[in-house]
Order: sequence, then C-alpha cells, then structure tokens
Amino acid sequence: MSPVVTVTDLTKRYGDVTALDRVSFTLAENRIYGLLGRNGAGKTTLMQLLTAQIFATSGEITVFGEHPYENERVLSRISFIKESQTYPSNLRVKHALRAAALVYPNWDEEYAQQLVEDLRLPLQRNVRKLSRGMLSALGIVIGLAARTPLTFFDEPYLGLDAVARQIFYDRLLADFTEQPRTIVLSTHLIDEVSDLIEHVLLIDQGRLLLDSETDALRGQVVTASGPVAAVDEFVRNGTELHRVRLGGTARATVRGDFGAAEHERARALGVDLVASSLQDIVVRLTTSSNGPAADAGSAVAADKEAVR
Amino acid sequence: MERSGAAGVMDDGRPIFLQIAELLESSILDGTLAEESQVPSTNELAAFHRINPATAAKGVNKLVDDGTLYKKRGIGMFVSSGARAKLRARRRDEFARQYVQPLVAEARKLGIDPAELKHMIDNWEETR
Repeated sequence: MSPVVTVTDLTKRYGDVTALDRVSFTLAENRIYGLLGRNGAGKTTLMQLLTAQIFATSGEITVFGEHPYENERVLSRISFIKESQTYPSNLRVKHALRAAALVYPNWDEEYAQQLVEDLRLPLQRNVRKLSRGMLSALGIVIGLAARTPLTFFDEPYLGLDAVARQIFYDRLLADFTEQPRTIVLSTHLIDEVSDLIEHVLLIDQGRLLLDSETDALRGQVVTASGPVAAVDEFVRNGTELHRVRLGGTARATVRGDFGAAEHERARALGVDLVASSLQDIVVRLTTSSNGPAADAGSAVAADKEAVR
Repeated sequence: MERSGAAGVMDDGRPIFLQIAELLESSILDGTLAEESQVPSTNELAAFHRINPATAAKGVNKLVDDGTLYKKRGIGMFVSSGARAKLRARRRDEFARQYVQPLVAEARKLGIDPAELKHMIDNWEETR
C-alpha cells in the first residue's frame, strides 16, 4: 500500500530560524497519528506545509502520490482544522457548515447535525460571537463530518470542557472505525489521546525525535527507584534519561527494552519499576535544553547536575 | 501519573494489545467467555476500552496465533475448545513467579522466616 504522505528531507527556514530541519517520514493509509511536541517545536509549520499553505525551503512532499501545491485533486481530499481558524464577519454557524458541505465531497450532513446536537452548537449564532470552546466545537464538527481521506486536527479543542473533549474522542473513534481514514492529531493533551493514536511523531526544535508505534513505546521507558547501588546496577541495561536522588535512594528514568525478564531482574535487585506513560516519555525526551536525544549523554549529565 | 480523559480501562504502561489479550484470557478463565462462544469484535473492544481499533485487533490476533481463539470466516472470533484448561495451566506456572516470589522477598525483608510465613498462609482464612 503506498503511503498517503511522503516527506523527504523537509526543511523550512524563516530567516535564520529553522522551523523544520530535514524531516523525513511517511503516513500510511487509515491510521490515527499523534503529532506531538512542545510549543514552537514545528508541528503547525509541518501541517501548513503538508496542506500546501506555505512553501518549503527545501525537501520533498508528496500527498496521495502528488505534489499538493495548487493541486485540487489532492487538496479536496484534505481537511485542516486549525487552532485559530478565522471566519468572515456576519457568518452564522449554519452558514459555516453549509460552506463546508460545498467544499468537501464526502460531507455527511446527517452526521454533522448529530455532532452539532451532541456538542450543543448554536446554529443561528454569529461565528464571531462564539466562545473559544464553541469555536473549537465548530472546527471539530467540520473536521469529522468532512470525512476527508486525510484530516489534520491542530489543537482542536482549545477551551473545550472535559465532556466535549470526551465526545470528540468517542465520535472520532467510532467514526474512524466505520469510515477508516488517515487522521493527524496534534495535541498537548497527550494522556487523553494516548490510547487513540496508533502512531507517534514527536517533533522537537524542528527535528523528528520519535517516529514509532504508540504501543511499542509503552514499557520502553520506566522509572526505577530503590537503593542507589541497586538502581545503578539495574540501569546498566538501558539508557538513563533522568535521575533524582534522596539520601541513599535514587529514582531513575530509563529507556530500554523492559520485558518480563527485566521486571524480574528489578525485583531481584529490590528496585521498584513503574512504566512511564506516553506523556512522561514525551516530557522526558523533550525536556533537555540543548536539543534532541542525539545529545542524551550530556543532557543526562546536566539533569544530574541540576539535582545536586 | 494518573491518566484521565479518554484513557479508561487500560492502566499500566505495558503495551495495550497485551492488556487486551490478558483481559480476554481472564474472561475465558473465569468463564465469562465460554469455550466455543463468540468473542467481542475488534470494533466493540475498541469502543468499550476507548482504544485504537488496530491495537485491539493486535491483541485479538495474539490469541489467535497461540490457539486460544479461532476465526470463523465471515462471522468472527471464537474461543477454542480446551482453551480454558490451557490458560489455567499457563497461569498456574506463572503464579509462583508473579505472586510467591515477591511474597517471599518481602517476608525476608521483614525478617519473617519461611515457617512463620507458612503459618500465616495456613491461618489466613481465619485471621482475615
């Protein structure tokens, strides 16, 4: 199966700021991707490039096997729900939905109406007068009902309450099951989406730090705590990412392959193992101030230094 | 760290597909899923546990691969006959490692000798 998106050595510079630095990856058909990273990491820039809204400095992008720029065949199959979508003044919610229905060939009006009801979106209200949360809800309705083969959600739920977010997750999952498509979800609420996303792309300072199946990451990073000597012995089989000490006790975050055998080894050493959540992993990998894991050694040293 | 929101049933940091497989195994062991009965579909599992359908499918496929489940073409997945006895045997093998070993280790740390530990187990029902 050919990939939906292929990105090769993609670089985007704004003056002397490198927003994206030689990024390469592919997106397969009918998967939910999580695009993760800190503010300013380059997530939105990447999505703007993939949806042909800005031009790359160098590198190659193909979407559905073609160049996306000025390409109606490609662009009609993409929707991009932005964090801060602006709408023309005097537009009512129902008009925005009608416009979306005209633009997207797969638009499902019945489904859109259902979502409007679920999210309690006021159809008659002027879009400019919507609250932050309601504006996000409108984006979600459009992004889901458009049923485009490739859908980007960039922080789709600013201002949305927990109930509305849960409605979004549940509808997304149910709809994805019935109508599989490729979805890219950019978010900071990592723990909330960690069970939904099949694959993680983690960007940090313009570079792709992780490109991995979500499930494969689980159990790869653990927190080991116990007597210092025991922890020292345990972490020899992995890469130490972080450590704090309290008297004779240490707590280390370690990356490695932690199967049943390693858990047993920890038990024998008297080391307590707790698997890290996806959020913890992302925090750990993107905390170091001087950049990506390429420099993990010195980052760990710096962390240790900071603790003393 | 506690997870919230969409995260539901899946708790520890191990791969979700393994947890799905183990949940199904436990249902087979306690009889909730009888042999030769149909197991929930991948989509039902995904919706119930709020996880990605591909992950649910991976968990189910693990059990198909080891013979616990089998596929009836066009209908769905079913529990193999004999699956319960096999799972029981395997879980019994794991019992010592998973439960007895940490129990003995903790007892040793507290200075409880084997005889005392045995006494505790023998009298557990009464003291509870």
